[in-house]
Amino acid sequence: MKQWKTILAAAAIALASSTAAMAARTDLVLGMPLEPPHLDPTAGAAAAIDEVLYANVFEGLTRIGQRGEVLPDLAESWTISDDGKTYTFKLRSGVKFHDGTDFNADDVKFSLDRARGENSVNAQKGLFAPIDTVEVVDPSTVKVTLKNPLGSFLYNLGWGDAVIVAPESAETNKEKPIGTGPFKFQNWAKGSAITLVKADSYWGDPIALDRAEFRIIPDAAAAVPALLSGDVQALPNFQLGDALAQVRADPRFKVVIGTTEGETVLATNNKKPPFDKLKVRQAIAHAIDRKALIDGATGGLGTPIGSHFAPHNPAYVDLTGTYPHDIAKAKELLKEAGYPDGFKATLKLPPVGYARQGGEIVASQLREIGIDLQIIPVEWADWLKQVFTDKDYDLSIVSHTEPNDIDIYARKDYYFNYDNPAFNKVIDELNLTSDEAKRTELYKQAQKILADDAVNGFLFELPKVGIWDAKVEGLWENSPIQANDLTKVKWAD
Amino acid sequence: MTAYLLKRLLIGAATLVVASVVVFLVLEVVPGDPARLMLGMNASDAQVELLREQMGLNQPLVWRYLDWARGLLQLDFGKSYTYSVPVADLIKERLVVSLPLAVIALALSTLIAIPVGLFAAARRGKASDTAAMAAAQIGVAMPNFWFALLLVYVFAVWLRLVPAGGFPGWSAGIWPALKALILPAVALALPQAAILSRVTRAALIEVLGEDYIRTARAKGMPMRAVLWRHALRNAMIPVLTIMGLQFAFLLAGTIIIENVFYLPGLGRLVFQAITQRDLIVVESVVMLLVAIVVLVNLVVDLSYALVDPRLRTRQ
Repeated sequence: MKQWKTILAAAAIALASSTAAMAARTDLVLGMPLEPPHLDPTAGAAAAIDEVLYANVFEGLTRIGQRGEVLPDLAESWTISDDGKTYTFKLRSGVKFHDGTDFNADDVKFSLDRARGENSVNAQKGLFAPIDTVEVVDPSTVKVTLKNPLGSFLYNLGWGDAVIVAPESAETNKEKPIGTGPFKFQNWAKGSAITLVKADSYWGDPIALDRAEFRIIPDAAAAVPALLSGDVQALPNFQLGDALAQVRADPRFKVVIGTTEGETVLATNNKKPPFDKLKVRQAIAHAIDRKALIDGATGGLGTPIGSHFAPHNPAYVDLTGTYPHDIAKAKELLKEAGYPDGFKATLKLPPVGYARQGGEIVASQLREIGIDLQIIPVEWADWLKQVFTDKDYDLSIVSHTEPNDIDIYARKDYYFNYDNPAFNKVIDELNLTSDEAKRTELYKQAQKILADDAVNGFLFELPKVGIWDAKVEGLWENSPIQANDLTKVKWAD
Repeated sequence: MTAYLLKRLLIGAATLVVASVVVFLVLEVVPGDPARLMLGMNASDAQVELLREQMGLNQPLVWRYLDWARGLLQLDFGKSYTYSVPVADLIKERLVVSLPLAVIALALSTLIAIPVGLFAAARRGKASDTAAMAAAQIGVAMPNFWFALLLVYVFAVWLRLVPAGGFPGWSAGIWPALKALILPAVALALPQAAILSRVTRAALIEVLGEDYIRTARAKGMPMRAVLWRHALRNAMIPVLTIMGLQFAFLLAGTIIIENVFYLPGLGRLVFQAITQRDLIVVESVVMLLVAIVVLVNLVVDLSYALVDPRLRTRQ
């Protein structure tokens, strides 16, 4: 009897796998280098959290699309009052959380109030600071009143940190995330993989994948054989390095180079002598050869930038010519600043390839004008403590990956130690402006001020290198926010 | 024998206490704030402070040490700062990978090393001895991540016999789980076997020079029997010592191999916890490893007594 059962089971499996072979595949295994510390996008800054959950498991009132545009998500539509302070959101109906509870206006109020509340540990709490009140008008209508008009409010609601969670599951999302998205969480084998499966209750367009697995592969040298052996079919954020050439030549895979929101800068302590002198910062800017740097640190894939702004943004202005590579000019400026023989300083580098390799190149470029940099490699935890929190540094190299984050230069006591009332005024005005044309104009002004002040060495925009099976379609080429949106992903056959 | 055992136990306990203080203090000195790491660069200082409070990081140092040490005594390892789950659960999840891997690797390494050591010692100075020891030298010198990648390219990419890495979990079945451990175990075992075979050979050669071996040979005992019955048994003490050290290494020092095969083992847990300043996880895992090393050493000490009856009576 038992034998019969085994034979039947084997036959069933054989049948199932043969039909599966005929239809297109519906599963996908993606490799990612860093494991999320937990699975709640509203309680942590780690990009890996959003890379698994954003748009897949959790959704917000709005969402960010592939080109960085704002799209309706759980809010079907909205109206903005004439004074720009009141947003009325019409919510989608028939939406359910993965635990079966209904989504309605109460969940929206709960999520927004939780994110801006006194005990909030939301990593982007600042996004919610302009909110004055959140009112439930009826189960499908929410009215949000701001303290003052905020042009980027709809964009801000599209961040992973602003996703809507249910009061019943908010506290346990770290371990067992419950959202409204097209995938529901199935399993997290810590250190190994996170598995999502199709959520049948999903309100939107049906998705093509039944199952998606995010496998943690910390080492690029290990990710390539995993791809070649077919264990993994996509590496959406491939670490730059020698391994890329190996896959590029292979027709079974697509190598897609896209853009990110990662402005890589030579962060400069603007209050610490001699970097408090404009001429010194200008000299550094003239001494940097972006082309050589990009070739060395990103394999030639990065895009040069002249200010703190992403080149794919419509409001971008090319300011890379503000202080062109010119050693003679740089030496001249250094002399005028009172350092004819240069000076010694430190360069603290976090543990990422672009910083460590870029740091070597920047140090050798600055040596040409007599600036002698001592390179100090630090761990992330160390970097956050020494450079970011204590501002105990001269120079550092780091990529600022938050989208549209030029306003960090207006922040008081930010680690650049930059304080320019004229710049702050532009940002204040930007916050009060909703008109797109006016906003673009203000963004351009802001970029120009930072470039002229040579606040930091503006180096390059970090590239996104994605590698996947040539038959996989629909993965994001660019990375306007850090996410792996799988809603449009399918296998071609 | 009882006194011997008691003395060993006391030394072990003292080691644990000293280690706990050192581990705790060292991690206190390392800069970095788990709360800031968690919240990133856009969070305000007040928020970081709030999270520190929630994590219990603002308690005085001595209080935190005592609290942690008291927990350890009750086998309560505390709660991870980043994962916010009990550390004991994290360790358990990793041990189901690391423990079998270490056992398989050690067994493999022993099965290779002892016969090779015997073979080389018996043919000391001959060409086959030289060849075996040259092979062992290569095994010691070879970078293990390189060897591991070579295995992956041959057996996973080219022959497709085993997965390139990862661990499906024991719930996926014994065979799939074992399959995932084969290459890492081989990659770990070979360099260890190379070391162990050299140690075995050296120990055997020393013993073979002893008078009682000559006596055994003189009374007409065949070489093979001499090697097995007299020489190997007496040469076991250095071999066991090395095996004890190797087991401890295989359990936690295998981060490089775990990375190449992206296995969720103890080594990677510790590494990740260090980078995220999940201090309580680091402290607890390190203490567990110290305890294991102490225990393994104790077992090795006791096994000396088993292979060498003199140790049982000598005080």
